[in-house]
Amino acid sequence: MDKRMASLADAVADIPDGASVMIGGFGGSGVPIELIHALIDAGPRHLSVINNNAGNGHVGLAGLIEQGRVDKLICSFPRSADPRVFTELYLAGGIELELVPQGTLAERIRAGGAGIPAFYTPATYGTELAKGKPVGEFDGKSYVQERWLKADYALIKAEAGDPLGNLTYRMAARNFNPIMAMAAKTSIAQVSRAAALGDLDPEVVITPGIFIDRLVEVADPQQEEDLNRQEAAYP
Amino acid sequence: MSHDLTDIKLSNAQIAWRAAQDIEDGAYVNLGIGFPEMVAKFQPDGREAIFHTENGVLGFGEAPAAGEEDWDLINAGKKAITLMPGASFFHHADSFAMVRGGHLDVAILGAYQVAQNGDLANWSTGKGGVPAVGGAMDLVHGAKRVAIITDHVTKKGEPKLLETCTLPLTGVGCVTRVYTSLCVVDIEGGRFVLREKLQALSLEALQAVTGATLHLDGAVAPLTAPSV
Repeated sequence: MDKRMASLADAVADIPDGASVMIGGFGGSGVPIELIHALIDAGPRHLSVINNNAGNGHVGLAGLIEQGRVDKLICSFPRSADPRVFTELYLAGGIELELVPQGTLAERIRAGGAGIPAFYTPATYGTELAKGKPVGEFDGKSYVQERWLKADYALIKAEAGDPLGNLTYRMAARNFNPIMAMAAKTSIAQVSRAAALGDLDPEVVITPGIFIDRLVEVADPQQEEDLNRQEAAYP
Repeated sequence: MSHDLTDIKLSNAQIAWRAAQDIEDGAYVNLGIGFPEMVAKFQPDGREAIFHTENGVLGFGEAPAAGEEDWDLINAGKKAITLMPGASFFHHADSFAMVRGGHLDVAILGAYQVAQNGDLANWSTGKGGVPAVGGAMDLVHGAKRVAIITDHVTKKGEPKLLETCTLPLTGVGCVTRVYTSLCVVDIEGGRFVLREKLQALSLEALQAVTGATLHLDGAVAPLTAPSV
């Protein structure tokens, strides 16, 4: 088995209009910038995107939104150093936002990957974000029912990956990537270093290859913070 | 706030210093984005807390020198951080399991409003625009203590300690202690219980800038903080 793809373009080529796409990362850490740019090039529209944020500047997710490809965003914190692309589109009614508390977002994704259709959390109980959701009492305390979150595709970034899709991560760039890899029908990883089969110590693998469908090496990946300092835009 | 209160009130750094005095050695602590991050600077000698950040780091230290940033090593406020010996990384679902699962000893957060029953409003001013919640609604659940650090009144001089919050809630009945620029109160049995106040401030003057009754339960200690 070899999950390696020849190019970024090949890795995202079949993502269709209307797909739901999880994109890893928190701020700029762990964001698969090159995969997102390949998705911009590939051109699908009417996407539903799941990410913690809503993009920063004019690259990565902000670039995808700026190109008008995203109909709906599910996120916890649609603010950043430069959130203008999302903010202007949202205030003009051009994009739907589902605001989810960060821990609930993470657990919904984890539940999606783990086959758990719903769970109860204390977060949002008694707040406007709990409106319309079932409430349950357990051991005298109230909790809000939340549903799993799954996607057609996940775009994730990892540090090293072998041909089977076993992955390691780098520092806090791990964030949402391992759980999103579990929750999508097709999970696509960009790795900063392609490891040969047998080179990754099984003790340090964070995402077992069963969760990964495609792998593409991007050595020296770009970092959102650096691109924004250069006032870059994509395309 | 009248001029005399402005002259005597604690600075944000002093409020953060006071909150830091209650953090035990070895405590696992989450500090909210912004003002609460200052608490880390004021740990008493001989005590070392282990700081948690929602994006998957336990045991982080101060910001690196300018030019030394590694953007894969940031905190929840997207600021560059460094690691302490014994640090660890984990994914987002584990990070919030630490929060909701009762594994953190203390969360210290900012506030727009706190109600006497422990309700907290700190995520939305309810004025429209782009709503953003981040981890605020998760962080108020699970930590053994949820403490608030805040100016005692708003910039317009309106009380932040109230009978009932008027802004959108972050959590219900979640706050256990509030450190303000004028006093320290605990929330017990649906009431604000005054523990410390600035000595130069009379109880009447403090009550006048507080939107709910301050109850007494034993002596009120003087609130003091060094110039920091």
